[in-house]
Amino acid sequence: MSDITITMNTTTTQCETCPSHNKANLIKLGIDMSEFDFVVALAGNPNTGKSTVFNNLTGLRQHTGNWPGKTVTRAEGGFSYNEKKYKIVDLPGTYSLLSTSTDEEVARNFILFGQPDVTVVVVDSTRLERNLNLVLQILEITERVVICLNLIDEARRNHIIIDERTLSRELGVPVIPASARVGTGVPELLHFIDAVATGKYVCRPHRLSKYTKQLTRAIEKLSKKIAIQFPTLPNTRWVAMRLLEGDQRIMDAMQNGELENLLR
Amino acid sequence: MKTEKENTVKEILSTAHSLRWEIGENVHDSLIESIYNDASRIANTVVRKDEKKSQFNLDRTIDKIVTSRWLGFPLMFFLLAIVFWLTVEGANVPSGLLASLLIDTLHPILKNFAETLHTPWWLSGVLLDGAYLAMAWVVSVMLPPMAIFFPLFTLLEDFGYLPRVAFNMDNLFRKAGAHGKQALTMSMGFGCNAAGVIAARIIDSPRERLIAIITNNFSLCNGRWPTQILVATIFIGSAAPAYLAGVISAAAVVGIAVLGIALSLIVSWWLSKTILKGEASAFSLELPPYRPPRILQTLYTSLIDRTIFVLWRAIIFAVPAGIIIWLVGNIYIGNLSLAEHFVQWSNPFGIFLGLNGVILLAYIIAIPANEIVIPTILMLTVMVIGATDVGAGAGVMFELDSPSEVAKVLHAGGWTLLTGINLMLFSLLHNPCSTTIFTIYKETRSWKWTAVATFLPIVMGFAVCFVTAQLWKLFI
Repeated sequence: MSDITITMNTTTTQCETCPSHNKANLIKLGIDMSEFDFVVALAGNPNTGKSTVFNNLTGLRQHTGNWPGKTVTRAEGGFSYNEKKYKIVDLPGTYSLLSTSTDEEVARNFILFGQPDVTVVVVDSTRLERNLNLVLQILEITERVVICLNLIDEARRNHIIIDERTLSRELGVPVIPASARVGTGVPELLHFIDAVATGKYVCRPHRLSKYTKQLTRAIEKLSKKIAIQFPTLPNTRWVAMRLLEGDQRIMDAMQNGELENLLR
Repeated sequence: MKTEKENTVKEILSTAHSLRWEIGENVHDSLIESIYNDASRIANTVVRKDEKKSQFNLDRTIDKIVTSRWLGFPLMFFLLAIVFWLTVEGANVPSGLLASLLIDTLHPILKNFAETLHTPWWLSGVLLDGAYLAMAWVVSVMLPPMAIFFPLFTLLEDFGYLPRVAFNMDNLFRKAGAHGKQALTMSMGFGCNAAGVIAARIIDSPRERLIAIITNNFSLCNGRWPTQILVATIFIGSAAPAYLAGVISAAAVVGIAVLGIALSLIVSWWLSKTILKGEASAFSLELPPYRPPRILQTLYTSLIDRTIFVLWRAIIFAVPAGIIIWLVGNIYIGNLSLAEHFVQWSNPFGIFLGLNGVILLAYIIAIPANEIVIPTILMLTVMVIGATDVGAGAGVMFELDSPSEVAKVLHAGGWTLLTGINLMLFSLLHNPCSTTIFTIYKETRSWKWTAVATFLPIVMGFAVCFVTAQLWKLFI
């Protein structure tokens, strides 16, 4: 008996930082999104369980289904954690952010123009490589990312082992193994959403490498110019890249001041 | 200041433009390559895979069977048939119980209570014989089949079967000049056409997206499944020997659903050859792994999301519809009520199509929601046959506590097996509900395409019912 008492006394501080302790602080607010402090975007490939994570956090029962393309519009909900109120936006699942179909634009425009405080990328652990393609693209747009390594139980069943700590080091952002269907990993996910949103965890996102020399030079030249005009824009390299590709939406945003207004 | 800023932006854009010429056209490829390289390098460092025994093998084995050239479609029909058979067989008893409770027991009690309060006859008519009775019909006729069908369907969806259906269908859709993803939006339409129309956003090409939107109505939606199941039970099941009744009615519903799929293909093909010309574009469809369905959660979400949702929608629309039904049944011009006027006037046209005036009126009243078609038909039939004295209010003299009782009413209303078959066809082929029509407008922003999507199916419905009726007269 005394053992337990001692343990409890000495680990009080650890307890407070333990995510499972903090799960008690999760209040599912459903569709109540009044006066939120932070905005969380939920992105990922189709059929990785974004809506399940969404339901887990908000207590809403958005319909989930085992097939790609179920969510084509954004769904919004709210939750409160550690006395902070969050609005969470479930984006349509996409394989990339580079093409121009409506669902991809919804996702991309929100990550860029909606300026979420944290973007949670839900990743299918059984198909990590393909999912990383999207992760890398998102990391080019925004720094504040948390990776939810979802369907980890399914990966284990298929004898796939993922070294999440190395992955986190490689990507420069938190990586949380989870199985949203049964609810494991959700407390840890909340902990890191909170840490990234409040700035306790500083992300050092992976940057794409190995462009051709010409391209690297062009990006540098252009992003310098952009940085002078928009000094507080965090992702000048990405904007430069989009301009070089001739992305009309970004050109428009630059001309009509939308890009600039983001910075306020 | 403002012009200065504009100038710098212009300069940035022109720099980008000239740089784009300098580096050539491979920016996109170079970016993609860089992303793929990094992704592959990272994945190789962090993923360890034990190849010994992978569960994917089991998935692949299942996939080989359910998407195989020869077994794919029969298996699909078989699975659907089982689902309907369970629904048809299981819904009878609870339907009867609910009807005897809500209609035979509770309704007279409410009427008596209203009488003791000296409620004016028209008020208790509107509220109890109109609104309440319509709602009671909706609950007793629709709740049991939905409570069985939706969980079963959701289980299939949760398991991962729908993408396999899409995979099987993909080839056919491409041959019809439509996008393969239309197979997915079609499947979505089996739940709700409005949802299916929105889901068409996953199709990039505007041409193929329009085709998907226009043809989505050929997927039987939540609101129409109960009609199909009930009518099949009453008319088709009862025409077969008793021990085969369940199987035959299930097969009939599958037949209508498959006809819907076939028409969706044919109309897509026709559209892509005429007003929406073009080639089908390619895409890749991912088959997600099979996941063991979470039974309890599926039951919960299918009950909340689908059963209660559809039922609630039906009740909301049934209450005003019930009032309207009562009013048209009890407002008299000359010797006949409005309903009788309309029914008499439209009956020749209805009969000509192998339907009747009541069905036509019901489909007009039920434009807001397909869910209330059957209750409306029953109430109108009862009124038209039984509306003899004004004050009593029609619709109370029949004790309908099982599908066979419903059958009696309809037979009394002059229904035949042909009426049943044509009602099933017409339920498949008529204008989309008002929600779907509005959604189509919101998605296409075009009245023209909204009109096409609205009137095409109803014209087809008239044509198909007419042909069926003529063949029927010719051969039977």
